Amino acid sequence: MSSIRHRRWIGPIAAAAAIGITLTGCTGDQAAQESANVDCGPYSDYGTFDSGTEVSIYGTISDVEADRLNESWADFESCTGIDVKYEPSKEFETQINVRAQGGNPPNLAIFPQPGLLAAQANAGYIKPAPDAVAANAKKFWSEDWQKYGTVDGTVYGAPLMASVKGYVWYSPSMFSDNGWEVPTTLDELLSLTEDIQKSGAVDKPWCVGFASGDATGWPGTDWVEDFVLRQQGPDVYDQWVTNEVKFTDPKIREAFDSVGDYIRNPDFVNGGLGDVNSIATTEFGDAGLPILDGTCALHHQATFYEGFWPEGTTVAPDGDVWAFLLPGTEAGANAVTGGGEIVGAYSDAPEVVALQTYLSSDTWANIRVKLGGVISANNGLDPENASSDLLKNAVGILQDPNTTFRFDASDLMPGAVGAGSFWKGMVDWIGGKSTDDTTTFIQDSWPQ
Amino acid sequence: MTTADLIGKIVQLVAGIAVFAAVVGLILFFIDRAPKRGRDVLQLLAFLLPALILLGIGLVYPAIRTAIAAFANSAGEFVGFDNFVWMFTQPEALLTLRNTVIWVILVPTISTIIGLAYANFIDRSRGEKIYKSLIFMPFAISFVGAGIIWKFVYEYRPASRDQIGLLNQILVWFGQDPVLWLQTPPVNTLLLIVVMIWVQTGFAVVVLSAAIKGIPTEQLEAADLDGTNGWQKFTNVTLPGIRGALVVVVTTISIATLKVFDIVRTMTGGNFETSVVANEMYTQAFRALEPGRGSALALILFVLVLPIVIYNIRVLRKQREIR
Amino acid sequence: MTYTPIEVPVDAETSRELQRGYNKDGTKAVRVKKRLTSRTATIVSLLIAIIWVIPTFGLFISSFRPEELIKTTGWWTIFQNPGFTFDNYTEVLFSSSASSPQLGAYFMNSIAITIPVVVFATVLAAMAAYALAWIPFKGAAWIFIGIFALQIVPLQMALIPLLQMFTTFLLPIQKAIHDAIPIIPEQSYIQVWIAHTIFGLPLAIFLLHNFISEIPGELIEAARVDGANHGQIFLRIILPLSVPILASFAIFQFLWVWNDLLVALVFSGGTPDVAPLTQRLAELTGNRGQEWQRLTASAFISLVVPLIVFFSLQRYFVRGLLAGATKG
Repeated sequence: MSSIRHRRWIGPIAAAAAIGITLTGCTGDQAAQESANVDCGPYSDYGTFDSGTEVSIYGTISDVEADRLNESWADFESCTGIDVKYEPSKEFETQINVRAQGGNPPNLAIFPQPGLLAAQANAGYIKPAPDAVAANAKKFWSEDWQKYGTVDGTVYGAPLMASVKGYVWYSPSMFSDNGWEVPTTLDELLSLTEDIQKSGAVDKPWCVGFASGDATGWPGTDWVEDFVLRQQGPDVYDQWVTNEVKFTDPKIREAFDSVGDYIRNPDFVNGGLGDVNSIATTEFGDAGLPILDGTCALHHQATFYEGFWPEGTTVAPDGDVWAFLLPGTEAGANAVTGGGEIVGAYSDAPEVVALQTYLSSDTWANIRVKLGGVISANNGLDPENASSDLLKNAVGILQDPNTTFRFDASDLMPGAVGAGSFWKGMVDWIGGKSTDDTTTFIQDSWPQ
Repeated sequence: MTTADLIGKIVQLVAGIAVFAAVVGLILFFIDRAPKRGRDVLQLLAFLLPALILLGIGLVYPAIRTAIAAFANSAGEFVGFDNFVWMFTQPEALLTLRNTVIWVILVPTISTIIGLAYANFIDRSRGEKIYKSLIFMPFAISFVGAGIIWKFVYEYRPASRDQIGLLNQILVWFGQDPVLWLQTPPVNTLLLIVVMIWVQTGFAVVVLSAAIKGIPTEQLEAADLDGTNGWQKFTNVTLPGIRGALVVVVTTISIATLKVFDIVRTMTGGNFETSVVANEMYTQAFRALEPGRGSALALILFVLVLPIVIYNIRVLRKQREIR
Repeated sequence: MTYTPIEVPVDAETSRELQRGYNKDGTKAVRVKKRLTSRTATIVSLLIAIIWVIPTFGLFISSFRPEELIKTTGWWTIFQNPGFTFDNYTEVLFSSSASSPQLGAYFMNSIAITIPVVVFATVLAAMAAYALAWIPFKGAAWIFIGIFALQIVPLQMALIPLLQMFTTFLLPIQKAIHDAIPIIPEQSYIQVWIAHTIFGLPLAIFLLHNFISEIPGELIEAARVDGANHGQIFLRIILPLSVPILASFAIFQFLWVWNDLLVALVFSGGTPDVAPLTQRLAELTGNRGQEWQRLTASAFISLVVPLIVFFSLQRYFVRGLLAGATKG
């Protein structure tokens, strides 16, 4: 939001410049535009609009990430004349419903959960994707990904950014000092954990944190999802998402128990943070930091955790911290879970279509990824644009055709479960509630 | 903020108030000149209608809609009492109801008792103003701010590290282990209630202190002459003298408590068995997309407040009879 | 103020007040007595006051401590772990991610939202309360009871219907105003004003009615005999006499509106054009868990204005909210 104000006066100037450029028939000649310093070539397809044409866009991405988002379409704005007004909100998940029902929705919304988009589509609030967006979705995204913007066969939007979940963070130097090896199977992971615990080199092998305001518990759902996908495979995972396989199913309970072997085991948690109960109160953002103190050896969290290490921490295979993907039951398994956003539109005005199309393009993906901190599953993305070793690694996984990608299951489940009882259940579970009771509780909350 | 923006805002501010003043002024001006016949009715309407219209669109209509929605599912189909069945069978929902009852019993009672004692103690003492300001301060803080302040008090660090939350530090000073306050039911609900009491007591003090000052001095002096002790004076003179104010305080705090939402939301998010009806209602209606369940909870809230309303109506009736 | 009847109750009030004043400074005997009976009372009061202040005080101290110290040591160890910084405030006020100091605009919004709402709600409520108390008509009691009961309609349930109505009826008007006077942005305060006014009315009418109905009936009768009608009575008798309760309610309304987040979230659109301070601060608190250094400073910035308002108007509380306190 911070640069909106800034752009208010830059906007018209840049738009005027852009119009001037268009008039002189310039299409990307760098020298001719030194004053504006914008290469409008890639934007020529989106047309130009009267200055003052606004597109409002609403999402959860805030703070520095929001600044980068604004930066990512700054050139688009100056070349097309569209003024993009991005509004971040922490209350997005509730407010988007309030606004849509109230008849005052934004033009575009960045949905952090496909389920939310589907609900809005089913309620008839968002518009089917324009042809250009649907074409981009088909061109740049794998089938796994396209599914997330599609409801009942109709494409409603293309994905935006992505993250890969299921990384396990560790300190390479701590590993080499103690002679620990990065595990290649889940069994190896368990024996590694036991080794670490026995060695006494750290307080406890794992450090975990579930706290995240009123979304407390979600890191726990990531654990369970990773284990369901790896132990039971993608088919069971998909059925689980649609409740064909119930939470109370032995397969799901097995995953819970496997997770419990780690994070409900007082010998294994919570390194540098307390006992098992402290998991529920430790902020997920702080939970991995004990690795740096040497009081914890392993921390399970997505790629974005890279941004949570204190300044000056090097994230590299030979740096202060690095991460390996949670292994599968067999070596070389290639199933990962992850997250991402989908852009949905509440308006089909030409300027809205232009921005929506731009956001689904490889141009945008490359620009945004280059700005750092995130990746995209867009196939047109050059992995080299990723801002860190870890992100390059993650882009590699996303673009690998052999990878089985599955969206974060809780994000796909109905809100009552995926953003409610599943989270809550994980918190109660870590507080000592039995797996049977917890899974029954979550299953009972599934909307009929 | 550019100067133009600032001017725009000031223009809106001034214009808004000016338009409003003009409208009200015109209404009052014209009813003075209304024809004699039916003037009383016109005057009544002029005074009452603006407020009634606003209340009608902003509260009455939504209330009716809510009442209807309580009997529908998320698709808008009539489902009878299903939502209520859900509410009274799901353990989580029952917990929510239980918590709300605990809240609405504890907060008004404790706030009023502390407020009354405090107001009585500081009455006519030196530094009364400062005393009053100190205790009222939390009332001026937003619930979100209060939530932040108390979360800081309840903050937990493992025993091996320095505590940054005062409550756990006090435990540590007494040789105990720190506790995960906000995650430990049922004490966490009580700790959230403490926050609400902390906020509302200032209100009780201010109103009750004003009421105590309204007691005719002669009555107090008469009590002194009769040789009554402090407690007798309090129960025989002060309490009857401030009954009306007590009703106002208890009513206002009870209603505020039933609606409490921000504190629970900022501090625990309704997790760990702390959810209350107002929070669950919001979650169900807007996050879980189950407006029917949300509405059913809202109706329950209304039922819970009925006794308070009825009591106030009776007090009101009595007052009218006196007159 | 030319009406002589006004003087009568004011006289009674003032004489009582004066009497009280004398007692305050009173004779020695009275003062000694007071002190004797209130030794325990003084200790208890002091204790309550300290308990009430400590949480805020701790946060206040913390807001000036560097991030590292806030997160690792308690604020009460400030002398063992000294450290002082304005960084937390600069970060919140001039957020590093902002190209210009952002909070100014939001601060102005808070003011521009709060002041009109206080005026609107107070005036409309006073009018309605007067009608209910002093214009006799069938059903007055029931309307009053109905309004009182409306207090419990949960805000959350009223948001969507209200928003729908605003979108249909108010948005075109806002657009028209924007077209006519471009300096007023399309997203103007109107929606927030109306929403807050509505939500404030039930309690306002309840409180003001309690007070206004206590005004001695002889006064109003006398004025009626003199030929005054309701408009004049309202302006010349009711309003001047009700200043304490009006001020008291205004303070409450100010605090509620200033501290509100929910209504703002729905009706302000979140842009710097309209969104109040609370909304911006909520966004600033960071999505990386507990950024205590930001939260502490933010909490303090947001409570400066309400505290100033309260302290500057608090003397009205002494006489305000007395409604129904003497009788009842």
